[in-house]
Order: sequence, then C-alpha cells, then structure tokens
Amino acid sequence: MSENKLNSKVPEGPLSDKWTNHKNHIRLVNPANKRQLEIIVVGTGLAGASAAASLAEMGYKVKTFCFQDSPRRAHSIAAQGGINAAKNYQNDGDSTYRLFYDTIKGGDYRSREANTYRLAEVSANIIDQCVAQGVPFAREYGGLLDNRSFGGVQVSRTFYAKGQTGQQLLLGAYSALNRQISKGNVTSYTRHEMLDLVLIEGKARGIIARNLITGEIERHAAHAVVLCTGGYGNVFFLSTNAMGSNVTAAWKAHKKGAFMANPCYTQIHPTCIPVSGHYQSKLTLMSESLRNDGRIWVPKKKEDVEAIRNGSKKPKDIPAEDRDYYLERRYPAFGNLVPRDVASRAAKERCDAGFGVNKTGEAVFLDFASSFERYGEIEAHVQGKHNATKEEIIALGKKVVEKKYGNLFQMYEKITAENPYETPMKIYPAVHYTMGGLWVDYNLMSTVPGLYVCGEANFSDHGANRLGASALMQGLADGYFVLPYTIGDYLADDIRTGKISTDLPEFKEAEEKVKETISKLFSIKGSESVDSFHKRLGKIMWDKCGMARNAQGLQEAIGEIRTLREEFWKNVRITGEPNELNNELEKAMRVADFLELGELMCVDALNRNESCGGHFREEYQTQDGEAKRDDGNFAHVAAWEFVGDPGKALLHKEELKFENIKLVQRSYK
Amino acid sequence: MKLTLKIWRQKNKNAHGEMKTYQVDHISDDMSFLEMIDVLNEELVEKNDDPVAFDHDCREGICGMCSMVINGQPHGPGKGITTCQLHMREFNDGDTIYIEPFRADAFPIIKDLVVDRSAFDRIQQAGGFISVNTSGNTIDANAIPVPKENADTAFDSATCIGCGACVAACKNSSAILFVSAKVSQFALLPQGELERKERALKMVEQMDKEGFGSCTNIGDCAAECPKEISLENIARLNREYISATIKSK
Repeated sequence: MSENKLNSKVPEGPLSDKWTNHKNHIRLVNPANKRQLEIIVVGTGLAGASAAASLAEMGYKVKTFCFQDSPRRAHSIAAQGGINAAKNYQNDGDSTYRLFYDTIKGGDYRSREANTYRLAEVSANIIDQCVAQGVPFAREYGGLLDNRSFGGVQVSRTFYAKGQTGQQLLLGAYSALNRQISKGNVTSYTRHEMLDLVLIEGKARGIIARNLITGEIERHAAHAVVLCTGGYGNVFFLSTNAMGSNVTAAWKAHKKGAFMANPCYTQIHPTCIPVSGHYQSKLTLMSESLRNDGRIWVPKKKEDVEAIRNGSKKPKDIPAEDRDYYLERRYPAFGNLVPRDVASRAAKERCDAGFGVNKTGEAVFLDFASSFERYGEIEAHVQGKHNATKEEIIALGKKVVEKKYGNLFQMYEKITAENPYETPMKIYPAVHYTMGGLWVDYNLMSTVPGLYVCGEANFSDHGANRLGASALMQGLADGYFVLPYTIGDYLADDIRTGKISTDLPEFKEAEEKVKETISKLFSIKGSESVDSFHKRLGKIMWDKCGMARNAQGLQEAIGEIRTLREEFWKNVRITGEPNELNNELEKAMRVADFLELGELMCVDALNRNESCGGHFREEYQTQDGEAKRDDGNFAHVAAWEFVGDPGKALLHKEELKFENIKLVQRSYK
Repeated sequence: MKLTLKIWRQKNKNAHGEMKTYQVDHISDDMSFLEMIDVLNEELVEKNDDPVAFDHDCREGICGMCSMVINGQPHGPGKGITTCQLHMREFNDGDTIYIEPFRADAFPIIKDLVVDRSAFDRIQQAGGFISVNTSGNTIDANAIPVPKENADTAFDSATCIGCGACVAACKNSSAILFVSAKVSQFALLPQGELERKERALKMVEQMDKEGFGSCTNIGDCAAECPKEISLENIARLNREYISATIKSK
C-alpha cells in the first residue's frame, strides 16, 4: 500500500474560489498551436459528445469513437427523469452550496469536496447552454422553465423534458458535435470499438480500435486520449444499461496503469420493472420522478400477500390500514423521496421478509391512487366543478398524471400488459449506475499522463451513491465546462511534439496483442456461448456483490469468478469469422473484461469494512438496519493498481478531507 | 408457443441475400421480440451456425438502434413502438413471422438485418443544429420565455429517435418525416429562428444527395413512426422550404 502515487491536485484556497482561481492560473494553448494538437474522445454520450464538440470549437483536432452506428445512440439517451441545476428558479432556498451539500450527503460522504463543489458551481450554466442549443425543456404556462423534485433533496431543482431528458440533452450535444463534424474539426468513427490504449514514454498517445463492420484492427494516434465510456453495470448481466454498454475501454486503460477507484460502489435503482423470466435480457427503469407522486407499499399481512400472489385479491382490495407504506413509516421526513440506495434496501428488506407482491416474491407496489385523488381535487376546483363525484375527480386526476408521466405509464403497460392507471405498478430494484470508475485528479486526468476520464467512467463526484438527475449534470459539466479548460494545461507541453506516428513500435505491439487475443478466442472452439458465461457471472455478482454483501459471500464470489474465468478461456464458443460484423466476438471481448473487473469489485467490497451508500456490508449496520460508516478507517478513496492479476491489485488510498462539511450519520428520518 | 421464422440472411453488403426458415419453441408471452431472437441465436450458436446479426442497444425504445421489418411493417405490429418494445403476446402459437431489414437505397445492408443509416448523420451535419458555442457564455435560460404550446410542439418533434422506420415504411424511401421533425423543432423555438431558412435548405439538399426518394403524401411514415411524429411536421417543412427558396432568390 502506498499513498504517494495519488495527487488529487485540488487547488488551494476557499472552496468557492478554487475553480475560478484554478482557471485563472492554468496554462493555455494559443489558437495556432491548438490546430496542431489531436485529441481522441472515446464514447459519444453526454460527456463524450459535449467534450468533443467543445474541444473542437476551441480549435483542437478531434476524433470520436463509438460502437453504435451513430453518436446519438449512446446510452445517455435513455436517462428519463431530469437534470439538476442550482438555479433556484423556484425560490425554494436552493443554492450552489445546497446542491453541493446534498450531493456530498447523498454520496454518504465518500466524494471529493472540491470536485463536487465545482459540479454544483457549473450546473446552472448547463441549463443556459442547453436552452441556447434548442433543447426543449418543459415549461410553465408563463413560458419559463418548469422544475420537479427528486430523491434525497428538499428543493425542486430538476429540469426535464417529459420522461426523455437524456435524449433531448444528448441530441443537443450531438447537434453541437455535428456542427464541428461539418466544419472538419471532428472526425467521427462509428461502429468502432476501442480495444487498447497505447502509451508512449508513459503517456497516453493513442488507441487500437476494431472496425466492427470489417473487423479491421486500426491504429489511431493523438496527443491526449479522453475516455467517456460510461459505467460497468453490465457486469451484472441484467441491468438498466444498454446491451452494448461495457467496461472494455476503461479496463484496458486500467491494465495500462490507470487506477480503478471504488469499483464496489454500484447503484441499485429502486424503481425498475421486476424480472419476468430466465430469458430476460435487460431491465427497464421507471423514472425516479414517479416517486414524487407514487406511494410505495406492500401488504402488512402475509395472508394478503398470498392472496395477491395467487390472484384471489387485487391490490385495491387491501384496505389502507392493512397496507405498509414502509418508506413513509421508516423515513417520515423524506418518505417516498429517500435516496436510491435507501429505497432499494428497504424494498429488499420487505421482500426478504416475505412481503414481495409478485410470483417471484421480488416486487413492491408503486401506487398512484392518492395522486389521482389529490390532483383531481385541484383540477375540479380549477374547472369550477364543486360537486364533482369521486369518480369524476379520479378521472380528472388521471389526466393530470398522464400529462406528467404519460410516456412512462405507456412504457410500463407495453412491457407488463398491466394498466398502471387501474392497478399499481410493480417495481423492484435493479443495477443502474456505477459510482466507481477510473481514478482522476481535479483536472479529470487519470494516473496515466494524458489520459482523461469524464462522466460515469470516472469516479469523482458521487461518492458512494449518486442522487437522481445528477448523472446528466456531471456528464455535461465534465464535457462542456471542466475538461476543455484543464486539458490545455497538459497539452501546453506538447506544442512542439509534432504529429504522433502510428508506426511507432508501441502501436505495433499493442495491435499485435489485440490480434492475438482475437485469434485465441476463435481457437478455443468450446461449447458454451458468451451469453451463458455472462449470465453466470451476473448471477454471482448479484447474489454476492449486489444490494447486500458480506465477507463470506465476497470470498466465495472471488473464487467462483476466478474459476469461471478459467472456464471461459477454455470453453467459450465464438461462431463466424474475425473479419466481418461479428456480434459474438464483440460480446466475448467485453465479457472477458467483465470477468476480470467482477473480481476486483469483490476485492474492493471485501476490503471496505463499512457500509456506505450503495455499498452495504451486512456486518456493518445500525440496529434499525441502516448503513454504518466507519469514518475513522474508511474516509478514503480506494484506488487499485493493476499488477498482472485483478485479484492481486495494489491498493492506494486518497484520504478524503472534509473542510466544509461536517461528517454525520446520514439520516432521512 | 411455437413459431416459424422467415429471416433475411445476407453475409455482407456484396453477398446475395435470401429468406431462411427457422423454428423456435417455448416462446413465452412476456418475452420481447428481441429476446425471442436471442433465444434463436443461442440455439444457432449451439449448432455452430452463424447467429442472426441485428442492431439493438437500449432495448427500451429510445436509442433508435433496432430496426426490423416484421410481417411487412417497420417495428412490427402495434402503434408507437420500436422492435425492442414489441412483445410476443402480440403473436399466436403456430404463427409464421417474416423478418427483414429496413430497406432503402440510402440504407445499404451491412449484414442480415443490420443496415447503414449514416445518411441520417450526414443530414444532421448539414444543418441540424443551432450555431452556438458550448462555452456557456450565453444568456440566462429564462431570459427568453417560450410559449408553452411552442415548447411542447417542439418537444414532440424532437422525440424522433432517428431509427429510419419512416424511410422503410415509405414506398419512395423518403426521409422527409425525419428531416421535417428536426427542422420543426428548431423553427418553433426562438433560439432556432436566425438560421431557420438556411437550415431547411441545407438539410433538404443533403437529403436529396443521399438518394432518399420524394414525398408523395401517402403518410405511411407517420403511421409506422414509433414516436408518432405527426405529418404536420412535413407541412411545416414545406412552408419553411418554400419561404426559404423565395427569400434566397
């Protein structure tokens, strides 16, 4: 263990001045020199598209890479609920400090103060920027922007575009990117997957990528490489991530020297549609915004649970006094709007106790009946219908709810064939986001010089648990407003370097290694499909490194993953050829990396002998089942260095200093 | 349920393609259509056959990647859904299902059901943006109020996921619904006002260059659109385009 390898480079001075002072003192690159400097951006989601567009506007020559057929399809597009910003348009007491405080507290005091403050500081500007780009946010009748509330906070600071905020923000960033592509400042490589990072004299100078259509292995050089490749939730096989979301780019960088920080911090989102069968390929999220208006409950009596499971009773047959609104009961101050980790664990607790409301016993109700009535009464009043019957009121209320969440209700009905206007939704937690990621300093640079990491792929802002509507904020903050400044400080040293040649031996060597791995995979000719291995890995991870973990389970998981990895390399079957579009090969390359990452996640979870945020170790809980932190021993970032075997990674610690916030036991009661 | 699948197989863009027949069994009502294809592919891998290549990613109807023509309809039966949102409960035991790629000259086939839709990116690059830098040095977001009605209509146009079902549905392979949705979004917002004429001209010009056909007002595009983008967008594009051509002369 050593501490000297990590320098967070947090600027001196008071918290609120750090970013401004830093910007004023870092080096700049003049416009003529920028034209000589090339930057590779991998991933074109919110972080990648915004970074690439901004860097190109500044004058750098940019290349973007994505595995999808268009930059617009990156998984940021699926974010539903909204984006936070400390605008205080609602005059409800919001401020930069409050957004910063909520984020640190929500993250269970495991994030770096300076980064989180900067995020809150630039948040308001993101909204200005997006409106200027033509992002159609929801508006009130007066023409001004509307807001809503999200879990873990007591103000309304979330901007949204119905249930499709991620899509609209990504299309905004994509349009900025397109503008630069049309000017020739960005070259976009679609259907390309990064398979290795190339280092020259210890600096990140390029990547090896596979053209997914032709199978060709290509070399691409640059003066700096930016990874915006998202999270690794698909290590669990079932998650709300897109099918193609993967850890490969980040993992290859890890193996080349970038430390992986807090890999065990996984966010399990409380409101997803429950698993319906073994063939299930992914899980669908129901936006957290629904918790604004939905109440979560299970029956109080076991016989009612049985009756619902066998269909002899319907949810509405259970009278109010026999329902357990367990979040309202346990957390009266925040109720149904507790943070995600708390809500997920509470659902698990009820289901483990035998109160789950579907056949598998893994579902709770999300019920809108009270909102139909509440909104209906207001609407009846507005329309002057003072003698409206209860039915009329409920019908009016349903219309109000439809306006707010219509597309989400429709999506739910399409998947489950149940109408949520008539019967409560059934939901259960699912893997959604990973707070862990590649370690970065204040400048978003990893431990590899010249390798920057933005968005979900880095570890920096959310601690051990991310608040709702903060992922979009972070992706765009990193890409639009942070990286474009900080990267110049590094590139100022490169103005005389000249073009980086792809003929250098390091490129040749990396390319050959990638080719070797591919031939090795084809040569195995085993009998088990890639998906089958992936599902087996996912089950180990979910059972033993999921919502609740314990030392024994984690130790078992490490052994099981190592065995599974060996089996994979002996018995995986890849059909088809390497030099063509080959989905099986693509999946195999990704699963091979998940099989290594999974082990490191367990090692990290086993090492962190405390509970915090999304990391819940059963051995460390309070009497009433809340997460019990150990600030004396674990108020640090665990950054792992790869030394040849994921299980033997070296631990480096970055101590977290809290100078502006007092560490307290997080309470939402 | 037990199904017969007739699927378009084509090794690469230059190869000859044909419909091939497959049987699948034990398909449950709750499966999505793509999960049914997963089951088929798992069986093909087991037999050491090449699995069916198809585009898909988010599997929740928003990324626009999935693209199959099912029984003659882009994204299959059901209104307002993508292929990944289609569930097997829409089919009956014993059915025969025909599965083909989105077909259009401007969407060349890459393999099996995977087509190249990069023409859509190039149309957007031609003018599908507002020319503001991303520096954040702009006016406060609430400085220009936007009437709620305009904001909502702009949003409806902006929900286009760029999947290309409109092109696949159109007998002329026209991309006009796609182009009109983007032009409309910006034309309806004050921020897009300055460049609206140039934008309409450039995007239409690029659309023609890519080899998409002309619009003959059939309306299949809107009928098959998974996001139910309305034909009003096309009317709006026509107005924008005509007024732009008059002004630019």
